[in-house]
Amino acid sequence: MKLLYKGYLTGPILGALWGLVMAVTLGVAISFATGEPVRPALWGALILGVVSGLAMVAPSMRLVPPIALAVLLVLVLPFIGASPLHYGAEVSPLWRNLLNIALAGSVAIPLRVILRDLPLGATTRHEFEAAVIAFLTGFGYLFFTAIVIIPFYVMVMTSMKSQQQLMLNPLDFSIDLSKGWHLFDSYYELMTKFHFGRYLWTSFYVSVLTVLLTLLFSVPGAYAVARLRFSGRKLFSRGILLIYMVPMIVLALPIYIAYSMVGLRNSVFGIVMIYPVTTIPVALYMLQGYFRGLPVEVEEAGLMDGLSRLKVIWKITLPLALPALASVGLYVFMIAWNEFLLAFMLLDDPSKFTLTRGIASLNSSEIPRQHLMAGAVIATVPIMALFLGLERFMTRGLTAGAVKG
Amino acid sequence: MTDISPPKGRGALAKREARLAWGLLFPTIAIVALVVIVPLLAIFWISVKPVKLGDLRPAEMRLRISLRDNDAQSQVEYRVINPSREHVIHGAGFDTTLPEGVTLTGDLPKGCALSGQDLHCEFGDLAPRFNERYRIDARVTGDAKSLQRPVRDSATVARGKADNILTNSTFTLENFTKLFDGSEFWSVLGVTLFYTIFGTLGALLVGLFAALLLNKDFRGQGILRGLYLFPYVAPVIAVAFTWITLFDPFSGSANALLIQMGVSQGAINFFGQKPLALIMVTVFEIWRYFPLSFLFILARMQSIDTDMYEAADMDGASPFQKFWYLSMPQLLGILSVLFLLRFIWTFNKFDDIFLLTGGNAGTRTLTVDVYEQAFAVSNIGAGAAVAVVVFGCLLIFAALFFRTMSREEGL
Repeated sequence: MKLLYKGYLTGPILGALWGLVMAVTLGVAISFATGEPVRPALWGALILGVVSGLAMVAPSMRLVPPIALAVLLVLVLPFIGASPLHYGAEVSPLWRNLLNIALAGSVAIPLRVILRDLPLGATTRHEFEAAVIAFLTGFGYLFFTAIVIIPFYVMVMTSMKSQQQLMLNPLDFSIDLSKGWHLFDSYYELMTKFHFGRYLWTSFYVSVLTVLLTLLFSVPGAYAVARLRFSGRKLFSRGILLIYMVPMIVLALPIYIAYSMVGLRNSVFGIVMIYPVTTIPVALYMLQGYFRGLPVEVEEAGLMDGLSRLKVIWKITLPLALPALASVGLYVFMIAWNEFLLAFMLLDDPSKFTLTRGIASLNSSEIPRQHLMAGAVIATVPIMALFLGLERFMTRGLTAGAVKG
Repeated sequence: MTDISPPKGRGALAKREARLAWGLLFPTIAIVALVVIVPLLAIFWISVKPVKLGDLRPAEMRLRISLRDNDAQSQVEYRVINPSREHVIHGAGFDTTLPEGVTLTGDLPKGCALSGQDLHCEFGDLAPRFNERYRIDARVTGDAKSLQRPVRDSATVARGKADNILTNSTFTLENFTKLFDGSEFWSVLGVTLFYTIFGTLGALLVGLFAALLLNKDFRGQGILRGLYLFPYVAPVIAVAFTWITLFDPFSGSANALLIQMGVSQGAINFFGQKPLALIMVTVFEIWRYFPLSFLFILARMQSIDTDMYEAADMDGASPFQKFWYLSMPQLLGILSVLFLLRFIWTFNKFDDIFLLTGGNAGTRTLTVDVYEQAFAVSNIGAGAAVAVVVFGCLLIFAALFFRTMSREEGL
């Protein structure tokens, strides 16, 4: 490591890495945006990065600022056959140069921030690490944003394209806006021919009922575990956690058998009965943590003034715990909305499907991919809207006790 | 002389409190017991029974009645069937009432008795695949054609059921011996461990990286935090199918991109090749669950006292040193708890792999095996045996978890 504490080494190395990162990013972005064949070239990107990095750490670059140098470089590199981006034959020279200049900018400008405090000669450990961290930060933002956005974008885009368009050029991520409302054809078809309206409604009321039932059962239980003293309390709170860890598939098998025997399979009622039980342990666990955090003095004051325990819960604890109830409710809603395994095993009758079960039924070779993806979008959008609107509750709900998958 | 000492035992107040506590807990305990404890016991029970999917409904005697109208002699046919190929039906018999206009005149089969229009038969046990037609001469008054339907639909009570395999006393250890005999189980276990260990570690590390990125105040931090949670919040079925689309060997963008970038020559079947499929489902697991570890680690980071870092700055600690010697010890608690909980949850994971590969191409984990044995092979008993193994593993992990948990206190 110590060997690297030199500006003239760290600068070019980080520069080269950043050059590669940006060439790949830009290459991928351009191919996706336009469908044109553009790809990053190893040597060109390395040269660009090394030179920019070196220029950034060199103190006497008053004559030619590093950014100008980078631009100059990308205009010259193609002539020696080392363009940092390779283009297909159909890309015009003007576009090539413009894209190359864009690449030069996106390499050089962030590099100036990354290598801000780095001297040309020997560096201190601080300066070196600050540069590495700045590089990792930039890379991290790009990386995470890309891995999150690309799949979700693909989901939306695929739902608006026909199978032929997809096969023709899988790299073309553009959406043909000139089709207007016809972009949403597969949604329309799902709603009219595949009963997705009904599935949406089923999913919605199943989830809401699940939330209500879960809270109804878990609030008293969580309060008892958090506040009241009784023998077996510790055992009980561990028992909750243990049940919380029992794999669903282990329970699903006997439940399937029991439901087959009593004829509860293929009924929404059966689903509404089983969902809360899968969420009650989570809710108990999250709520008892919250109840413990509430000041006990307020409740004692209520008891002193002659309220019974149940009244205390109803009049003091619950109003104080409203935000927690909201987070837990949201989290439970999310679990119920996203639930797949039980719905898949217990529902066979298309008129009773929940949304996730409905999407699973679209996964066949006879139904075009775009319908499947449109179904995925229909299931994702409501939960995302809810999540974005109430993000604060949601994140708290998640951190409160949910390490559940 | 009264003895002055603090009260012993539990006073009235304590008793009342405990009573209330149990009262509040009762509904929860009752319902959880019903839907968690009972199925768990059921799984153990089923795992030692030779149950197939078809045995869930025990075989019942079937009876078909028809009127055969020949010129010479009309007959009523009673066809008695045992539909099962393996099981004896006990206590078979039927009661039926003939419609007006049909009178039985012929000899009755053994075990049958006629009183007026009512026919009562007892056959006792029916062997497997029993299929017998009893034809009894009859006198028909009126139009025979129009009587055929009333005869077929005549009011009938059929009796006789086979033993229910689920409740009888046949036990077998075959489910377990078969499970441990085959080399399949050990490869499934190996796949499960690979998936669990790398999935958990990967999600933890990636989550730590993301948390480090967002552990500073800047504009848009909230937006990015929300964005990075997307993979976790979206329904698994939606994201799983999106991945399948994205990595499709023919129309998938990932393949096209790799070919264009010159990384690969031909189409790669990401979810259909032996070692690659397992790596892909593990990557999916990391992608989908890094938000969760990221969220927890970030919450813990933001609660670390900043004084410590200021002191370290004064002493001239470098950024990496601060991370390694100050942040890491503070994060170790949450990291170990997260690791264990996520480990258990990844071990239990079913949906993701089931949707991505269906357990094919060397991605069959224990949980997927439960489903495959029970439903694809239709051997419920074998599925239950795998489920018992899964549950056993869970108990071991849980014991480990609680030991760590009491050391690290809180989450």
